[in-house]
Amino acid sequence: MADLSIVFAGIKAPNPFWLASAPPTDKAYNVVRAFEAGWGGVVWKTLGEDPAAVNVSSRYSAHYGANRMVQGINNIELITDRSLDINLREITQVKKDWPDRALIVSLMVPCVEESWKFILPLVEATGADGIELNFGCPHGMPERGMGAAVGQVPEYVEMVTRWCKTYCALPVIVKLTPNITDIRQSARAAHRGGADAVSLINTINSITSVDLDRMVAHPIVGDQSTHGGYCGSAVKPIALNMVAEIARDPDTRGLPICGIGGIGNWRDAAEFMALGSGAVQVCTAAMLHGFRIVEDMKDGLARWMDQHGHANIEAFRGQAVGHTTDWKYLDINYKSVAHIDQEACIGCGRCHIACEDTSHQAIASTLKADGTHAYNVIEEECVGCNLCQITCPVENCIEMEAQDTGKPYLNWTQDPRNPYREAS
Amino acid sequence: MIDALNHLPRPRAGADQLAERFSDLAPPLTARQAAVESARCLYCYDAPCVNACPSDIDIPSFIHRISDENLQGAAERILSANILGGSCARVCPTEILCQQACVRNNAQECAPVLIGQLQRYALDNAQFSEHPFKRSPATGKRIAVVGAGPAGLSCAHRLAMHGHDVVVFEASDKSGGLNEYGIARYKLVDDYAQREVEFLLGIGGIEVRHGQRLGGNLSLGELRDQYDAVFLGLGLNAVRQLGLPDEEAPGVLAATEYIRELRQADDLSQLPLADRCLVIGAGNTAIDMAVQMSRLGARDVNLVYRRGHADMGATGHEQDIAKANQVRLHTWARPDAVLLDDAGKVRGMRFARTELADGRLRDTGETFELAADAIFKAIGQRFDEASLGDPVAAQLARDGERIRVDETMQTSLPGVYAGGDCTALGQDLTVQAVQHGKLAAEAIHAQLMLNVEAA
Repeated sequence: MADLSIVFAGIKAPNPFWLASAPPTDKAYNVVRAFEAGWGGVVWKTLGEDPAAVNVSSRYSAHYGANRMVQGINNIELITDRSLDINLREITQVKKDWPDRALIVSLMVPCVEESWKFILPLVEATGADGIELNFGCPHGMPERGMGAAVGQVPEYVEMVTRWCKTYCALPVIVKLTPNITDIRQSARAAHRGGADAVSLINTINSITSVDLDRMVAHPIVGDQSTHGGYCGSAVKPIALNMVAEIARDPDTRGLPICGIGGIGNWRDAAEFMALGSGAVQVCTAAMLHGFRIVEDMKDGLARWMDQHGHANIEAFRGQAVGHTTDWKYLDINYKSVAHIDQEACIGCGRCHIACEDTSHQAIASTLKADGTHAYNVIEEECVGCNLCQITCPVENCIEMEAQDTGKPYLNWTQDPRNPYREAS
Repeated sequence: MIDALNHLPRPRAGADQLAERFSDLAPPLTARQAAVESARCLYCYDAPCVNACPSDIDIPSFIHRISDENLQGAAERILSANILGGSCARVCPTEILCQQACVRNNAQECAPVLIGQLQRYALDNAQFSEHPFKRSPATGKRIAVVGAGPAGLSCAHRLAMHGHDVVVFEASDKSGGLNEYGIARYKLVDDYAQREVEFLLGIGGIEVRHGQRLGGNLSLGELRDQYDAVFLGLGLNAVRQLGLPDEEAPGVLAATEYIRELRQADDLSQLPLADRCLVIGAGNTAIDMAVQMSRLGARDVNLVYRRGHADMGATGHEQDIAKANQVRLHTWARPDAVLLDDAGKVRGMRFARTELADGRLRDTGETFELAADAIFKAIGQRFDEASLGDPVAAQLARDGERIRVDETMQTSLPGVYAGGDCTALGQDLTVQAVQHGKLAAEAIHAQLMLNVEAA
């Protein structure tokens, strides 16, 4: 079997599946259960200064798909609501009992040098493997000048990172908030401050739904609500893009990335790794199914790696980064056309109506003698947009087939139709 | 009670136990089941299920509305195409209609969306504070509808909606037609047929007169004179006979007559029980008869058909119900003689074995006998000729014994329309009758309004 062990930013772990800083890593009881279940590491739920934060009742809400399938969870929980001392003692004991697992401590204290100078030695003394700076919590903490309030200002990110590198010998992972316009600015700031790695994404500002009878959003506290942080499967596409942006940014090239955001199975994890992540963090999937999912993740990833001849994670990490580029470098001359497998087609008509109403009128509907319809691509009208393939309920029924146009690679910077093209 | 069977014993089970056996054959979906099932619908465009529905219900749309938790909207979508959608949801052979056409029947899945069950769910659970359809301004036109079965009721409702006044003439004590008198009891429970009629009449403008029989105290000539248009939804009220001696002996009965009694019985334990029961025929009525007798407690129920399984009128689904109720299906056997005991009552039947030779059914020369306390004939219904006895009605063109209509349901007589089983158009199904009634109403409305404009 493939070797799943990693060394991420100097931190060793038997596998790349870590639990993110969140309720599942709030205390020793949970973390020990996670290690027993086989997780490679955990990021202990964010520690702060005493007195500990106070949480409200009613903390999560969900965005559902069909059949109550949870697409994403929104939470309004703050950092740990237990005292610093209890957390430090538990961390010390757990690390002692589980020396082979990665144990990272998430931290959030006020944006004052003294506060960091105070807490860092205490954390280092626990024997933890590293620290993660929570610059991303989008609710509650920013109102106290912490969390996303720091993460949204690159200068603060750089400054606090530098303090941590000054007062602590442990690897420093900076967790980035997605509630910004250009994730590269935050990553570059962390890099300048001396960060050993970045982890991303933290949760996204969100309101999941509104109770239309009571006219209040979820989750409901009394008769009020507030925005929270969104996570789970629905945020994966946003997280993948941000990971890729940092991975291919020349300014942060080589900076280790811990991928977070909607990872629920081995394939999600492999995708984050293909875009440059050296480790991944999971939360929502564990919160929905329990810690046991890590067994399936490890098994699936190892088998896929075996099938593709990847001896370890470094063997395929980042392989999709080079294929990710700016739009202007895409080949204008590339052409693909939809092809419908008539044997597999069940005649639902979804491809036809999607193309007819909202795309390029490139799928003809023909009434057959038995009253059903046949659907055929009008190749000259097809622009290869993939919409028909997306709406088709049958896997592999519609394939997008690359066409041999006989034309060479041509990107927009070279295209004569581009009035602003770069002079050659 | 049924005279021909009065000599038979009564069921061994008590009334409560029997009532339990005749409760809903297919229990309604729960809210959760409906949510899961409705989400399975692919919301097809030019959907094959709609194409397969004789009453043109926009199935993807109503299921989408269930999924959107808009039950009232779902129900209205169904009812706007089929005002008897509630009973159709229960009695339609969906396995050969919408659900057979469902794209989820494809080779990878083999499991159609449960369209009938979802339709029932929407109509059972939608709450309407008033009748969901409004009548157009009164036209002053009066239309006679003969027969308060699915065709007549559907026609009457649509006509009332268009602002016409309707008088429905019905021979029986109750409205509903086969929904009231002919459907297996466990398919349409809790007096649903009457509740549905009540809902339908809620639109207003429809008067139902019972005890009115065409060819009896009514004539088509009079109706034509007194009303602006006439719709005939007569059904098939005569029973096809075996053509054997002793067919009138005690112990021989039409299945439809027994089912009618069974549906109307307040106490099932008072019905005559044929412990050894023979049902002749292979349609859904034959299955309904056999299964119901089995559920009443009969120990030996045999259904005999002169051809093979593939030729049976009953769908595979219906045949499965029969087998699940310990009904034995005998094929390739033709009734040859009614066997009587010394007292002249039925003791069994002799059958001639049959086979196909050059595409024709013939006797093999072999015979066998089956013992029986009663024989139920379910070999089809016939047109009741007495209903078209008056001179005007006698002019109606016919296709075989049934009334000839064009695609707008108009007969050969101007102003006279017909629909449902009494016509030869389409299949003999409730849902088809509803569609006929609706189409006829639209044609009558168009014709009457055309005359108004021309005047």
